[in-house]
Amino acid sequence: MTKERFYKWIFTALAFSSLFFLLGIMITLLVQALPMFRQVGILRFIGGKYWYPTYSTPSFGILPLMLGSVVVTTGAACVCIPLGVGSALYIHELAGPIQRAILKPVIEILAGIPSIVYGFFGMVIMAPMVQRFFGIPTGLNAFTASLMLGVMATPTVCSIAEDALNVVPSSFKEASLALGANRWQTLVKVIIPAAGSGISTAIILGMSRAVGETMTVLMVAGGAACIPRSIFDPVRPMTATIAAEMGEAVMGSLHFHALFAIGLVLFVITFIFNIVAEIISRRFRLRLGLGR
Amino acid sequence: MRKTLTIGLQISIMFLFIAMASSPFTTRLQAGQITITIKGSTTVLPIAQATAEVFMDRHPEVNISVQGGGSGFGIASLIDGSTDIADASRPMKEKEIIKARSKGVYPHEIIVAKDGIAIIVHPSNPVYNLTSDQILDIYSGKISDWSSLGGKNMKIVVVSRDTSSGTYEAFEELALKGERVRPDALTTASNQQVAMTVANTPGAIGYIGLGYLSSRLKAVKVNGIPCTADTVISGKYPLSRPLFMYTNGKPKGIIKDYIGFVLSEEGQRLVREQGYVGIR
Repeated sequence: MTKERFYKWIFTALAFSSLFFLLGIMITLLVQALPMFRQVGILRFIGGKYWYPTYSTPSFGILPLMLGSVVVTTGAACVCIPLGVGSALYIHELAGPIQRAILKPVIEILAGIPSIVYGFFGMVIMAPMVQRFFGIPTGLNAFTASLMLGVMATPTVCSIAEDALNVVPSSFKEASLALGANRWQTLVKVIIPAAGSGISTAIILGMSRAVGETMTVLMVAGGAACIPRSIFDPVRPMTATIAAEMGEAVMGSLHFHALFAIGLVLFVITFIFNIVAEIISRRFRLRLGLGR
Repeated sequence: MRKTLTIGLQISIMFLFIAMASSPFTTRLQAGQITITIKGSTTVLPIAQATAEVFMDRHPEVNISVQGGGSGFGIASLIDGSTDIADASRPMKEKEIIKARSKGVYPHEIIVAKDGIAIIVHPSNPVYNLTSDQILDIYSGKISDWSSLGGKNMKIVVVSRDTSSGTYEAFEELALKGERVRPDALTTASNQQVAMTVANTPGAIGYIGLGYLSSRLKAVKVNGIPCTADTVISGKYPLSRPLFMYTNGKPKGIIKDYIGFVLSEEGQRLVREQGYVGIR
């Protein structure tokens, strides 16, 4: 009996440990970011157009960095949504058992490739190709970064979307086919709406992976902290900025706190993504009558 | 049967290697190991590494741990006492010296080598000479097209380094004179990455340590002076700088021996092998 209690305690502690980690990270981010907001002000921090943290008169404007993240993430979404959702639909609806047995693991292996490998591939192979193909000054830009991030986020989108399609009760499909709808109509009008919550969750989680990705954008996006005017401009997303500058920032300096403040902004963005994903999935479940 | 034999052979060879590799380590432990820590500039890193390896061969009782991290990081580590030697590709700043003194650390400066910052362009670029002013104008954003420099009608892709880089800090001081680098400049994490980006981009301009020059890149003259070992030593080449090691107070004991080795004829030969310019 005491043994059972002992194990229960251990597992309870393990389960709650992530909560402690989350709290710890949030508190650290807030505490370290606060001096930044106090000295520069939130508006001047978020709305400032220039990021020159190390000059004798520094500028701490993260607007170009935020826009860099936005452009790259949007671009990645344009790649990973059709690829990820499309392959999920194919695997679920059209692929035979053999194709499925090959495709699913292959897509999951894609998720296992370290991001630095994507970064290196993007820098050495993709960037010169993009530069020559479009005849632009440099291939290290938001477009190439979007492509790489899109491919990286595809497995996340695909496997979650596929799981969502699997949850749709087969009675839905059978009923639709019995009513005389063809396969396309059944797919578009019945199965996709029924799996909509899961697919939206998949897309949002894929995008939050793209926002948070660091190594690839550090190597491929070009690293120019200026407001992008086109997708072919080099950008410097927030993650890349933190990674590139954390080594040098003197502990306790304004630059140091600014990097934590960027971390806080990133955290808030991914947090919002996760909450939106959660809300969407609950709503859809209720509508379908599947309960919570 | 044959298969098991070969596998057995492979395993025994592996063990042999492990035994060979670990034996000097164990003797070192027996002799009472002395550890020297070196941290700092990635520019000085190859010098520290090459000299440390040879020095450790000569003195099996000494273990030298060499880390990068940037000049600022190395100096900060020296100040908080987490390193014995700080590598730096720039002299210590006034602020850093004051901070060090307040913590009871008295930095001692040793020039171990010289480095020239080469201005590089794509080999297909016809421009072969730039003045200091032109370099400043390119990097601060006043000039954006090669045609105004006697080159092709092509947008200049400016490649710079992250602010944590010692090469960047030296370039900022020697070439930019405090002006801000244009915001649309590409930033990269290492000398190699600058070299690779410039070699792959016809319109690019970048700056790297002299030691990273290769046939895939073209170094332009600055104010008519080519970037070579001779012009760097003589100080004629405008973008040249000394490289430093800092210790806490005058080096003593084994650290003094190591620094002495770096400055010796043999140490300086290693410096030249790494692509830098010796001080002798």
